[in-house]
Amino acid sequence: MDFPILSTLIFLPLVSSFFILISRDKKNNNSAIYISLFSSIATFILSLFVWYSLDLNSADFQFVEEKSWINNFIKFKLGIDGISIPFIVLTTLVTPICIISCINSIKDRVKDFLIAILILETFMIGVFCSLDLVVFYLFFEAGLIPMFLIIGVWGGPRKVYSAFKFFLFTLLGSVLMLVAIIVIYWLTGTTDVTQIYEIKIPKEYQYLLWLAFFSSFAVKMPMWPVHTWLPDAHVEAPTAGSVILAAILLKMAGYGFLRFSLPMFPVASEYFTPLIYILSIIAIIYTSLIALMQEDMKKLIAYSSVAHMGYVTLGIFTFTKQGIEGSIFQMISHGLISAALFLCVGVLYDRLNSRMINTYGGLVNYLPIYSFLFIVFVLAGLGLPGTSGFLGEFLVLTGTFQKNYVVAMLATIGVILGATYMLWLTKRVIFGNVNNEQVKNLKDVNSLEKLMLTTLAILVIFFGFYPAPLMDTINISVDNLINNYESAIQTSGIN
Amino acid sequence: MLNNINILLPEIFLALSTFSILMIGVFIKNSFNLVFNLSSLIILVTIAIILNSSNDEIKIFLDSFTRDAYSNFFKILILISSLFVLNASKNYILDIKLGKFEYPIIILLSILGMFFMISANDIILFYLGLELQSLSLYILASIDRDNVKSTESGIKYFVLSALSSGLLLYGCSLLYGFTGSTNFDLIANQLNKENVGAVFAMVFILVGLAFKVSAVPFHMWTPDVYEGAPTAITSYFAVAPKVAGLAVLIKFMSIPFVNILTEWQAIIIFISIASMILGAVAAIGQKNIKRLLAYSSIGHIGYALAGVATGNISGYESSIIYIAIYVVMNVGAFSCLYFLKKDGEYRENISDLSGVSKKHPILSISFLIILFSLAGIPPLGGFFAKFYVFTAVLEQKMYALAIIGLLTTVISAFYYLKIIKTIYFDASVVTFDVVKNNFAKLSVFISCAILLTFFLYPSILNNVVDTLFIN
Repeated sequence: MDFPILSTLIFLPLVSSFFILISRDKKNNNSAIYISLFSSIATFILSLFVWYSLDLNSADFQFVEEKSWINNFIKFKLGIDGISIPFIVLTTLVTPICIISCINSIKDRVKDFLIAILILETFMIGVFCSLDLVVFYLFFEAGLIPMFLIIGVWGGPRKVYSAFKFFLFTLLGSVLMLVAIIVIYWLTGTTDVTQIYEIKIPKEYQYLLWLAFFSSFAVKMPMWPVHTWLPDAHVEAPTAGSVILAAILLKMAGYGFLRFSLPMFPVASEYFTPLIYILSIIAIIYTSLIALMQEDMKKLIAYSSVAHMGYVTLGIFTFTKQGIEGSIFQMISHGLISAALFLCVGVLYDRLNSRMINTYGGLVNYLPIYSFLFIVFVLAGLGLPGTSGFLGEFLVLTGTFQKNYVVAMLATIGVILGATYMLWLTKRVIFGNVNNEQVKNLKDVNSLEKLMLTTLAILVIFFGFYPAPLMDTINISVDNLINNYESAIQTSGIN
Repeated sequence: MLNNINILLPEIFLALSTFSILMIGVFIKNSFNLVFNLSSLIILVTIAIILNSSNDEIKIFLDSFTRDAYSNFFKILILISSLFVLNASKNYILDIKLGKFEYPIIILLSILGMFFMISANDIILFYLGLELQSLSLYILASIDRDNVKSTESGIKYFVLSALSSGLLLYGCSLLYGFTGSTNFDLIANQLNKENVGAVFAMVFILVGLAFKVSAVPFHMWTPDVYEGAPTAITSYFAVAPKVAGLAVLIKFMSIPFVNILTEWQAIIIFISIASMILGAVAAIGQKNIKRLLAYSSIGHIGYALAGVATGNISGYESSIIYIAIYVVMNVGAFSCLYFLKKDGEYRENISDLSGVSKKHPILSISFLIILFSLAGIPPLGGFFAKFYVFTAVLEQKMYALAIIGLLTTVISAFYYLKIIKTIYFDASVVTFDVVKNNFAKLSVFISCAILLTFFLYPSILNNVVDTLFIN
C-alpha cells in the first residue's frame, strides 16, 4: 500500500479545520458547519474503507507507514490491526454526531468550536494509529489542549475548575509515562512498538515501567481513586465535549493497556493483576453507589462511565479471550451508549437549561419519541440482552469467572446496581408525575436530534443482536495478543 | 596577521560600525530612526559575515580566542534573536518616549561583549567580554531613568551583578593561582581532583555564571529587573544574555573543567532542580506578566541546566536545542506584550488580559500557542525541547532529576493555564488599542509558526547542533 491512507485519515480533519479558519460567514456559521460536517463524514467513510480493506486473517500491523522523523532516533510510524480499527471507526463516527449536536447547543464562537473538535479528532485518530511510543505520547497529550479549551470556553459555571482539574490530572499521569518511554528507549534502543514486542524488556525493569504507564492510563481511564476529574469535566463540558470525552478519550486508556502495557510488560501485568482487580471492583461497586445518589443527570452518567470502565479493566486483565474481547466490545458499546445518553441529556438541557433530575418527570407524556430513545439507551446502559451493553459485560464476566470467581461475583453486583440507578433515573425523568409546568411546553426531538439518536440506537441494537462484524475484526489480533502474552509468561517462569 | 584579522572580522566589524553609528548619533540631531535602522543593518551584515566564515576551529592570539562552529552557532543565535527583539520593540520604545539613539548602540555593545565571552579561550578575555556585556545591561535596565521602577531595577541589577562579577573574578584569580595559566586548554591539563584550590575556584566561577543565567539561588534580581525594566529591555534580557551565559557554561564544562566534571555536576544538578522547582512554584502567585515570565525563565534555565548536568555531549546538545527553542518562545511571548496597549498605556497585569479572545482572536491564539509551548505540551516546539533534555538526562540514568523535572512541568503548566484561562474563559473587560507594530506582528507570527510546525521536522536543530561538538 503506497498511498499513506492512515496519514490521510489523521490529517484530513486538521486540514479541514484550516479551511474553517479561513472561511468567512456573515451571520450564521453555515459554511463552517458544512465544511466540518463534510470533512468529518468523509473521514468516517475513509475509515470504513480502511476497515473494509483490512485483512482480518492476519494479526500483523497493516497499512504501516514509516517516515524518518527525529534523525536516527525515532520514526514516525503508523499502522493498525484488528484492535485499533474499531476505535478509529468509533472516533470518526462520533465526531460528525458531535458536530450535528453543536448546531443546536453551541451559540457562541461556533467556528472556534468546530476547529477544536476537528483538531481533537486528528489527535484521537492519531492515538489509535501510532506504532511508536513517542508518536503515541504526542497524540495522547496533544488532545489535552483542544479538550481543555472545549471545557473551559463553552462549559458551565464551574468550567475553570473542571478544565484545570482535567488538564492537570491527565498531565501528571502522563509525564511519568514520558519518563518510562525514554527509559524504554535507552533499554531497547528503539521506541518502535513492534520492535519492542520482539526485544522483550528485562523483567526487573518491567514493574516500574508498568506502573509509570499505569499512572497515565489509570487517570485517563479513569480508575478509582483518580476518577474524580471525570464527573467534574463531564458536568461542565458542553454536550459535544462530554460525548467525545466519554465515547473516545476514555477509550484511549483501555487501548493503551491493550497495545502497550500487556504486550510490552507481560510479567508486570501478571504481577499487578490483583491491584487492577481490586481497583476495578471498587470502581464498579463504589461508583455505582455514588451514581445512585446523583441529582444531576450528567453526573450520574459520568459515574456510570467510571463503573463501566471498571469492567473494561477487569476484562483486559483476565488475559482470557472472552475477557479481552469483552472489554473491547464493552468499550465500543459504551462509546455508543454513553455518547447517546449525553446527547439525550443535552437535548433536555438545550430546552430547559437544567440537568437536574427533579426538573423533569413525566416526559413520556409530552416527548414520546425522545422517551422511547432514552429508554433504549438506558436499557442498553444497564446491559439488557439484545443491546450491545449486554454482550460486553457478559463476556467480561465470563472471562473473569475463569480466573477468579470471587471477583466475578463482586463484579456482578455492579450489574444489579447499574440496573438500579439507570431504571431509577428513567423512572424519575421519563415517568412519574409532571413536577414542572415547563415540561408541558417542551417540543419533541427535532429532525437533527432524531437523526443522531436513531443512528446510535440502531447501532446499539444491531451490535446487540449481531456482534459478528466487530468480533471477527478483533478476533485474530486478540488471539495473537494472548498467545504472545502466554508465551512471555511461560518463558519468564512465573505461573 | 591578516589571517587573524579575517578570523576576528565579525567582532571587528561590529565594534567599528557600532562606534561609527555612535558618532552619527552624537552629531546628527534626531537620529534615532537612522541609528536604529543602521544597527539592524549591522546585525544583518554581521550575520552574513559569520555565515560566510568557515566553521573550522582556529585559535588565535596565543590561543586566547577561538573561532569554531560552536561559537559561530551561538553568535548567530544571539544576533537573530537581538534582531527580532530590537525591531519588534521599536514602536514601543518610541511610544514610551525612550527614543534615544543610545538604545540600539548599547545593545550592539552588549552583543560584542557576548561575542568575546563565547569565543574566549582565556579567562582574561572571557572576563572582559563578560564585563562589557554586563555594563551594557546595567545601562539598559535603567534606561528609562525618570521611571522609579526602571532605575531601581538598574541599581539592583548593578549591585548584585557587580558582586557576582567579583566572585567570578576571584574564582578566576584562584584558578590562575592553582593552575599557573589563564588559558582554558592549559588549565584543563593542570586540573585534577586533587587540586582542591581549583575546585574552590570552580565554585566561584560557577556562582558568577549562574547569576548571569539567573539560576536559583542566584536569581533574586530576575523578577525585579524583568518587571522594572521597559518591556523591550526585558525581552532582550530574557533572550540574549541567557544564550551567552549557557554557551559559556557549557564551554567551561567541556574545556577547562573537564577533569573535575563530577564536582561541577553535583552543583549543576542542585542548581537545576532548585531552578525548576522555584520557577514552577513562585510563578503561581504572580499578577504581573513580566514577573511571571521572569519566574518562567528561571524554570526554563533549570531545564536547560538539566541537560548540562549530564556532563556529556548529547546532554549539551539537548541544552543548546532547549535554549534555541526557549529563545523562539520568549521572543514571541514578549512581542505579544507590545499589543497590550490601552489608552496609550501598556498593560502588564494578567487581569488585563481578561476575555481578550473575544476582541483579539489572533493575539489570543498566539498567546495560546506560545504558552502551551512554554508549558511543554505536545505537539508544540516546547515539548520537543523538554523531550530532548530528558532523553539526555535519562541516558545518564539520572532518574531523580528527570522525574522532578517532569513533575515541575506539571506545576508550571498550572500558571500557564491560568493565563490561558484569563484570556479565553473569563469575561471580556478591555479592548486594546490598535497597535501598528508590524515587526512585532511578524515576530509573533514567526515564533508561532516555528512552534506549530516544529513537529513536522523535529530534527532540524539536531542536525545543526550535532556539528558543534565534532572536535
